[in-house]
Amino acid sequence: MSYARRAWIVLWKDALAERRSKEALNALFFFTLLLLFIFQFTLGGDRERLTDALPGLLWLGFVLSGLVGLGRAFLTERDHDCWEGLLLSPGDKSAIYLGKLAGNLLLMLLVEAIMLVLFGVFFNLDVGRHLPALAGVVVLGTVGFAAVGTLFAAMTAQVRARELLFPVLLLPVLVPVLLGSVKATEAVLAGEGLGGVTHWLKLLAAADTVYVAVGVLTFDAILEG
Amino acid sequence: MTRTLGWLVVLALVAGLVMGFLVAPRDAAQGNVQRIMYVHVPSVLVAYLAFAVVLLASIVYLTTRRESADRIGHASAEVGVLFTGITIASGAIWGKPTWGTWWTWDARLTSVAVLFVMYLGYLLVRGMVDDRERAARYSAVVGIVAALDQPPTMLKPGPSTMPGVFAATLLVNLAALALVYVFLVTKRVALLRREEEALA
Repeated sequence: MSYARRAWIVLWKDALAERRSKEALNALFFFTLLLLFIFQFTLGGDRERLTDALPGLLWLGFVLSGLVGLGRAFLTERDHDCWEGLLLSPGDKSAIYLGKLAGNLLLMLLVEAIMLVLFGVFFNLDVGRHLPALAGVVVLGTVGFAAVGTLFAAMTAQVRARELLFPVLLLPVLVPVLLGSVKATEAVLAGEGLGGVTHWLKLLAAADTVYVAVGVLTFDAILEG
Repeated sequence: MTRTLGWLVVLALVAGLVMGFLVAPRDAAQGNVQRIMYVHVPSVLVAYLAFAVVLLASIVYLTTRRESADRIGHASAEVGVLFTGITIASGAIWGKPTWGTWWTWDARLTSVAVLFVMYLGYLLVRGMVDDRERAARYSAVVGIVAALDQPPTMLKPGPSTMPGVFAATLLVNLAALALVYVFLVTKRVALLRREEEALA
């Protein structure tokens, strides 16, 4: 079986399980809705302040829902004793990582799309006008996020204090990605386009490449158990 | 061997203090506060050295599974976190009279703070994973990710024209703190080895 095929099978399995149970998507949809409530209640009704904080809030929402979503990426394998199954699968284990990463990426992008719509409805964010540039920034930021997230989710799945260790490890590592994403989003929402923030986009692209490469190279060591 | 190294550390530290307080003149612009630089700058450089060693040890451990590499990584991370803490504390003490604030969120300060929490996370993995071998593997991965996460902009060159005395004082203190690092890592590695022997 080819490398790409093995990665595809992992992705397909996760997608099928999610399509049948809709566990993660339902919960995450509800969670994002609640996040918007929280943002509204904590920041008050001041429209102007909200507009200024919008890029940051958007990414705060992505990060929080990502922490919830990614943290459970390997729990089915752990809870249903399929870890050995992953271990026993033939060939390079990094195919499993790429499959998982693709699944997580899909899930997160879906949740982020929903969140963008919700921001559009509740916070008056003009998503339509900025869509192409905004989508590019969101995808660039999410790839890096999901790449480290998937790696650390696999690592912490077997640890007692998983809920604590996962965010504690992930958040500091995400700082460069977060910084670049928020700056680029700021520029897009301000209507300046991406011309002035190419250095942040380059940083994001570099971070994505590095994270995916590290994930591919080190996943084997994590999967061992 | 370590005893000799220990005395060497004491000598170097004394030399550093003498240079910093007696030989180096009072800074014309900043006054005595400037002397904090002799601790601050070497600390951050030694911290970077420590984390570079963690990166190397992590790679060596993952490829060869040699326990000695794991112990070096573990010890180096602990000492690195210590020096990062000293960097942040001394920087804040310098910043208060100079900038009028303990902390600003500028790029360098933020990056050192991120470094600090990232390697605290590394040590947390060690503490939270019960199985020793697994803890070694996991923390090696974290050690690699954390090192690659350092944006390249952070090492800012110092003032290009520094009077000779200042530079010499800085170098003596750098040597002293580097010796402290080597001493602490050696001690810690030996301690870790004994812990494992006792548990085995």
